[in-house]
Amino acid sequence: MAFMGDVLNPLPLWQNGPTPGSFYNFPGNASLGPVGRTVQDFKAHSANPITTTTTVIGLKFDKGCVIAADTLGSYGSLARFRDCPRVLKVNDLILLGSGGDYADYQYLKDIIEQKIIDEQCIGDGLQLKPKSLHCWLTRVLYNKRSKMDPLWNNYVVAGIQDGEPFLGAVDKLGTAYEDATIATGMGAYMATPLLRDALEKGPLDEESAKALVRKCMEVLFYRDARSFPRYQLGVVTADGVIVEEPVELKHDWTLAHMIQMK
Amino acid sequence: MFRNQYDSDVTVWSPQGRLHQVEYAMEAVKLGSATVALKNKQFAVLIALKRAVSELSAYQKKIIPIDDHIGISISGLTADARMLSRFMRTECLNHRYAHDAAMPVGRLIALVGNKMQICTQRYDKRPLGVGLLVAGYDDQGPHIYQTCPSANFFDCRAMAIGARSQSARTYLEKHLSTFMDCDLQELVAHGLRALRDTLPNESELNTKNVSIAIVGPKTPLRVCDEAELTRFLALVEGEERRGGSGSATGDAGPAPDRAPGDDRDPQVAVAMDTE
Repeated sequence: MAFMGDVLNPLPLWQNGPTPGSFYNFPGNASLGPVGRTVQDFKAHSANPITTTTTVIGLKFDKGCVIAADTLGSYGSLARFRDCPRVLKVNDLILLGSGGDYADYQYLKDIIEQKIIDEQCIGDGLQLKPKSLHCWLTRVLYNKRSKMDPLWNNYVVAGIQDGEPFLGAVDKLGTAYEDATIATGMGAYMATPLLRDALEKGPLDEESAKALVRKCMEVLFYRDARSFPRYQLGVVTADGVIVEEPVELKHDWTLAHMIQMK
Repeated sequence: MFRNQYDSDVTVWSPQGRLHQVEYAMEAVKLGSATVALKNKQFAVLIALKRAVSELSAYQKKIIPIDDHIGISISGLTADARMLSRFMRTECLNHRYAHDAAMPVGRLIALVGNKMQICTQRYDKRPLGVGLLVAGYDDQGPHIYQTCPSANFFDCRAMAIGARSQSARTYLEKHLSTFMDCDLQELVAHGLRALRDTLPNESELNTKNVSIAIVGPKTPLRVCDEAELTRFLALVEGEERRGGSGSATGDAGPAPDRAPGDDRDPQVAVAMDTE
């Protein structure tokens, strides 16, 4: 039976031409033995984020929402990239903020931008609404995590849904919620109490909401070791979406004497 | 039937530049019973005339709900309509699943149009032999769309398709300017009068052979029950009927007699337009 070649590990079809009567691994028939397997069949899943960004803050006020995030891309604990914008104008109704793996954010940002372009090409004048994008992100992120390959991000969706402010969050597992205040990452621990305190004292207008978010960014800069003094702020109201140019917050480390090291 | 060397396939042109298979499919729509759709500023309404195959059978369903905000009324091959309605339901559900919002009516129709177009251009497929009237409500208000086997679709203020529907269209055209400002009751009454004009002299509209569906703001699509049908039918009861025996243009007439050896294309009674 030597002329048949190795039955269990058949040769690829076009190696030195076919021999009559032999077993061959025909193209596209991957079930025939390990010869058909290539390295690409084993998919590498990202087990952890590489270049990361930290907190995103989202806050609802009477006529809209505000989102803020710094521009640092960390490589582990190394402050590697200093200009990673991650407050995105999606369309006239939606503002999106992201924390976590920056590459995954860029991947999804391209998809979302294409989605908006496709919608504009239809030309029926309808626009994606924040609730729809929030739901869509949930589906996408949950689908990726179900393939054991999550997009390692937290998203904050802010916008105007049928005239009312909308603020929602989605994490890398696709877990989603809506709230009047949202802070992801380290901010969840350090900014959330500040935001909720302020909100309990009464409804906010645009100026006080922006001032409160700026205060939170300052607190986070002092206390979060992956943060940065340069940050971006975006506002969405019925008039549209504005993403401000990055600003530097003024920091003063003289107050560090209050911290007692033992 | 027509005997013709240029109608064997959808992909074969006649020397006059026509696709006979597509035109035959357009004729199939006219074999179904008539159905009318119209809208005012808020509501879109479907009104259909149902047929029963025999005295012993029930009336064939003509209005198919697609989602909370969209319904269709069919004329032509019911089997093709069921395939299309299943597709439309799936698309609406998928849109709800992914976007937590109702499918915009115009976008659904564009998908249906694209789906119907494919089978007008492939040798291994046939055009669908069904016309739809789609009534829907979304952020941009009420919509009426008509779709054809030729894969054309039209955004309409009012439309009628099916057997003897020309009479209904004549009625609708005459009263078109009044629809936008009338209330729901008047709108349905107009629709019923239009539908009644398609009936032969000896028959009447009743709760058994009429089907009405309404959709509007904060009004999920509703196919009217018998009590509501009775109320709507009372609006037009006892009125004098306008058209009598409607014009024959909407009918599928018999094929014209042709001399043997006549190799010209048969003149299809009605071409690709909506009439």
